[in-house]
Amino acid sequence: MGFFLETLIGGLMTGVLYSLVALGFVLIYKASSVFNFAQGVMVLFAALAMARFSEWIPQWTGIESKVLANVLAFMVAAVLMLILAWLVERLALRHLVSQPEATLLMATIGIGFFLEGFGQSVFGSNVYNIDIGMPKDPLFVAQGLFEGGILIDSQELVAALIATLLVAALVLFFQKTSTGRALRAVADDHQAAQSVGIPLARMWVIVWFVAGLSALVAGMVWGSKLGVQFSISTLALRALPVVILGGLTSVPGAIVAGLIVGAGEKLSEIYLGPFVGGGIEVWFAYVLALLVLLVRPQGLFGEKIIDRV
Amino acid sequence: MIYRENGQFKTSYRSDQQIFPIAQDRWVMLALLLVAFVVVPLTASSYVFSAILIPVVILALAALGTNILIGYCGQISLGSGAFMAVGAYGAWNVIMRVPGMPLIGALLLGGVFAAIFGVLFGLPSLRVKGLYLAVTTLAAQFFADWMFYRVKWLTMDSPSISVTAPDVSVFGIALDSYASKYLFCLTLLVLLALACKNLVRSAIGREWMAIRDMDVAAAVIGIRPTYAKLTAFAVSSFIIGVAGALWGFFYLGSWEPAAFGLDMSLELLFMVIIGGLGSIMGNFIGAAFMVVLPILIRLGLPALGSVLGMQLGTAEAAHLELMLFGVLIVWFLIVEPHGLARLWSTGKQKLRLWPFPH
Repeated sequence: MGFFLETLIGGLMTGVLYSLVALGFVLIYKASSVFNFAQGVMVLFAALAMARFSEWIPQWTGIESKVLANVLAFMVAAVLMLILAWLVERLALRHLVSQPEATLLMATIGIGFFLEGFGQSVFGSNVYNIDIGMPKDPLFVAQGLFEGGILIDSQELVAALIATLLVAALVLFFQKTSTGRALRAVADDHQAAQSVGIPLARMWVIVWFVAGLSALVAGMVWGSKLGVQFSISTLALRALPVVILGGLTSVPGAIVAGLIVGAGEKLSEIYLGPFVGGGIEVWFAYVLALLVLLVRPQGLFGEKIIDRV
Repeated sequence: MIYRENGQFKTSYRSDQQIFPIAQDRWVMLALLLVAFVVVPLTASSYVFSAILIPVVILALAALGTNILIGYCGQISLGSGAFMAVGAYGAWNVIMRVPGMPLIGALLLGGVFAAIFGVLFGLPSLRVKGLYLAVTTLAAQFFADWMFYRVKWLTMDSPSISVTAPDVSVFGIALDSYASKYLFCLTLLVLLALACKNLVRSAIGREWMAIRDMDVAAAVIGIRPTYAKLTAFAVSSFIIGVAGALWGFFYLGSWEPAAFGLDMSLELLFMVIIGGLGSIMGNFIGAAFMVVLPILIRLGLPALGSVLGMQLGTAEAAHLELMLFGVLIVWFLIVEPHGLARLWSTGKQKLRLWPFPH
């Protein structure tokens, strides 16, 4: 029982990070019907920028404090994501309005290719570390209940906390600020939003920036756990079924589905994997999403689309 | 002036319904076929065969299959690589396990396996649409990857992960030279492209297009979505499967599941979009573009580096290639979202009036 709980908790914490990446997808899709295949590369790019600047800034400016260097690096990376958002809107999306979804999807793949090459040629393609001073010791809780207690990776705990904070901040932003409200209006109906005076182009920039920020946080957390390297961009492929499972347009859906997928992946790998040869983590989420979609084609929390002729 | 169709009268339904109703088109097509079948094999060097011609022909076939599904039936799929893998491993298993199996039989069976796999993963398309479907087809991709890595029976317990294609022959002729491989693939491509062209002109093709344009409306006028979508998945993955088998046997020689990974699927999708959704001609152009462009970039990069006064190592060159590729994709989508095939037909339209624009 203790082992089961341990697996479950570990899975849930990974799930929070999936939710974070999935949120990036959902935000962009809601506001502009663009399925952003480049989200994974954005995570990689942001993490690379953060890792390298936290190394470079002390060299350039002679700042001693690790915290200050990290904060500065985070801010520089955030500014980079803002510039990226602006460029994407200006150079690509603006010209691709009203194209079919497949074309937009391809365009984001192109953006992904570019970012991948650009990020690695500017920041280098080795494995880098982000050291934001996460505690590394494992925690043991509930020792009275089970023999040996439940082992919790404190790194994962901090990661999950950071992710939860960001999600909460995003929810507040969308619910309470006027920009957030405008974004929700854009998501509901482009034309209606435009006709009441919401500048569509600026909203897209904001949404890409917010997605970039969540990519940055996800990249920072994953990067400090596993090191920043190319494989981080495949994280997005893990998050795709999360988006679909939760429903493409639903923010709470992304969060809940992330938790389900994170926990399900770990549990299935441990309790189901040995029977089928292991390694089922890679497709478990996809098959789960597929099965759920057969029952609920709009995902767990997606809007039901009613077609009329 | 050259491309003028007045004076060409059609006096029977038969002549009205030809694939190329205009005489000039027929002649151009014949000339192209002549060049592809006779002139090219006689003149091409082995580098051109192995780096350009054979991959272009095989990928054009795979793109053809992908286009049936995406361009004609409107079901966005990111799982084409998986169908290729099933075709390749299927054909390989058949040829290794059944003694005396002819190559063509193995290829067709590989296609049939891929078709079954495709229909299985096409089932969600009955409930799920658009981008949801695109992601669920990724399930096929990851599942196939996993299956060929982990299920040892499928690779006949090969000690390394990769499997190697046996020497093959057709009707007693060994396919060991580049020219013979090229001609074999080209013949298959032409036959299947002709079949597809006729298929999309027939009732079933029209049903696919109706589903693509608006599935609810199509259902209302009596088209069975189940039947139309699943046949599209079957035909498409059959062709992709055959292409996958060719890719394994004639281009790679020996391969592992990673050869048919997500990159392959994306590449096929890109070929179809660049070439032109819903156009048979577009597949050829798209495949040629996708194969030739990286070669050109690789050849051009050192020159670019010397102009900029930089020494480009292989890592930098690879990154630059990625960047250029990304920019080109986006640029292309902006400039000609309907694909290169549209340019081709615009050109034809202009030629009809040339030199008098009005």
